[in-house]
Amino acid sequence: MTATPTQQANTFNPSPEAGSAVDIVRVRKDFGAAVGVADVSLTIAKGEFVTLLGPSGCGKSTLLGMIAGFVTPTAGRIVVDGADITGLEPYRRDIGMVFQSYALFPHMNVRDNIAFGLKMRKLPAAQVEQEVARAIAMMKLDGFENRRVRQLSGGQQQRVALARAIVIRPKVLLLDEPLSALDKNLRAQMQVELSELHRKTGLTTIFVTHDQGEALSLSDRIVVMNKGSVQQVATPIELYRQPANGFVASFIGEINALPPGRCEVKDGIASLVLPGAGPLVFPAMPAAGFAPGRQVRAFLRPEHVRPAAPGEAGPNIVTGKVDAHIYQGSHTITRVVVEGIGLVETRVTGSDIVAGAPVGAPLALAFDLGEAVLLDASE
Amino acid sequence: MRSFAFWSLVVALLTYMTLPTIVVLMTSVNPTEILAFPPQGVSFDWYAKAVSYPDFQLAFKNGLIVTACASTLALIVGSAFAWLIHHYEFRGRGLLEGVLWSPLIIPHFTLGFGFLLLGGAFRLQQGYVMIVLAHMVLVMPFVTRAVHVSLANIDPALARAAANLGASPWQVLTRITLPLVVPGMAGGWLIAAVLSLTEFTASLYVTGSRTQTLPVAMYNYIREYADPTVSAISALLIIATTLIMLVADRTIGLRRVLAIDTH
Repeated sequence: MTATPTQQANTFNPSPEAGSAVDIVRVRKDFGAAVGVADVSLTIAKGEFVTLLGPSGCGKSTLLGMIAGFVTPTAGRIVVDGADITGLEPYRRDIGMVFQSYALFPHMNVRDNIAFGLKMRKLPAAQVEQEVARAIAMMKLDGFENRRVRQLSGGQQQRVALARAIVIRPKVLLLDEPLSALDKNLRAQMQVELSELHRKTGLTTIFVTHDQGEALSLSDRIVVMNKGSVQQVATPIELYRQPANGFVASFIGEINALPPGRCEVKDGIASLVLPGAGPLVFPAMPAAGFAPGRQVRAFLRPEHVRPAAPGEAGPNIVTGKVDAHIYQGSHTITRVVVEGIGLVETRVTGSDIVAGAPVGAPLALAFDLGEAVLLDASE
Repeated sequence: MRSFAFWSLVVALLTYMTLPTIVVLMTSVNPTEILAFPPQGVSFDWYAKAVSYPDFQLAFKNGLIVTACASTLALIVGSAFAWLIHHYEFRGRGLLEGVLWSPLIIPHFTLGFGFLLLGGAFRLQQGYVMIVLAHMVLVMPFVTRAVHVSLANIDPALARAAANLGASPWQVLTRITLPLVVPGMAGGWLIAAVLSLTEFTASLYVTGSRTQTLPVAMYNYIREYADPTVSAISALLIIATTLIMLVADRTIGLRRVLAIDTH
């Protein structure tokens, strides 16, 4: 819903922008000698759905905690709707949050859980009732108003938690791994519902997850974090196609990391010379990361490596030995060990390859090098 | 066969645990004036005598006063300690916990005797104040435990969720924490009350003839008379306590608040 300009890591403007919903300005959190969050700056536009993605311990939850006010930053500022809230108590922030455990109040029924935030704001009873009814209808909780939260299923608890957070019309909605407690089918369904909710409410949303699938499917932009630092901020498509570094490349989706090689241009043809294998040829001059003489690593998605047709020959065809087939129903991931390159995964639709190339048999692979991501070899 | 062996064991255990009580209950309906087992008939005359005996009436009243005061004081102080232990990490926390638990380890005899000596020093011998203080110490571990368990069972995210929704620390306490701890406090109070009402060993030292509690009065009675009145009063005490516990379990989920049942 928001087309925000591409922002590569460390290149965006850290000063608060007009119209932005959240400005995180060089925020840092130290835990004793350990760094929880290292100088993170991030601007989130109004209505944007931004995901903080990273492995556990990457600082994403700490950053969320600082936005909510449960964690005090060591340094930096957090600005919401133009107001600096860095030192503000959590209960004065007007920021909605859905907790990983949902944190529904066990001594209250569904209605009282949802009404809690409005009652704290001392809204007139009639208005509380009206707003709660609206939230209940929006989250499809009709008929559950008087249930105790213990009597609800995981998906229903999730919806109560969402209703409770959005009913206060927060300036920002924070979602702390809200889908992690659900089983797989319910998770897929809740992803759709989250997406719908975001579309209906237009709330600026910050979503924390370690699940790249959730991040790719839900987000306007994804902030990839590792060891307390931002690795890349980009749209899901950019992130998948143009990872900024090796960490992002391997964290998002599956990818083959080829060994370091040297860029060369001869007779107008660009190639990557791998020491242990032959040169790989680019179909056109690569746009990013390529410079003659430069040492680079090429990253190639399994869908850009295919088994070569019988008798097919060319510069980007290499032969290896089948190591394993991982049958996934709609497709098969086949691992091939190629001398001088190492383990290469190819993704093939269906299961034909399983019968055609048994484990241990030779298999020729064609590299679609035009889709490769080139990153500096020293990274 | 396995099931026969299992049920034999269960019956044997139940018999072993309840036999003394059953014997006392049976002697309470003996029509003759001696404490005989098995009873030679059925009569409720001793119950009438038990409830009309002035010493028992006074002792029951004393017991209620002591129990009410001791359990309530233990609840207030114990809850405060439970809160302190649960919320704060401080030097000597382990020591404090140990001291709070100590009445479970130290014989009631020792505590009663110690309070008697202390009472002498402070001129509090065998008055209500002395008895209440002694009972309060005896029941404190149970109240502290019940409240501590209730506090520990509260998801810490609840307080954060409430704050996130706009509740000030005071509102978090009154609207979230307290309502969730009250069942534990009630359960702790009740256990304390039952223990205090039936406590004998320490009470023997700290009560006087005008302030004696029911178990002490029963002991004094049986030293002089060997008729089934004490059996009858025992039966009444057991029935009353059982009823209280049953009602408590139904209304506040006693098993849950005492962490016997985690659901």
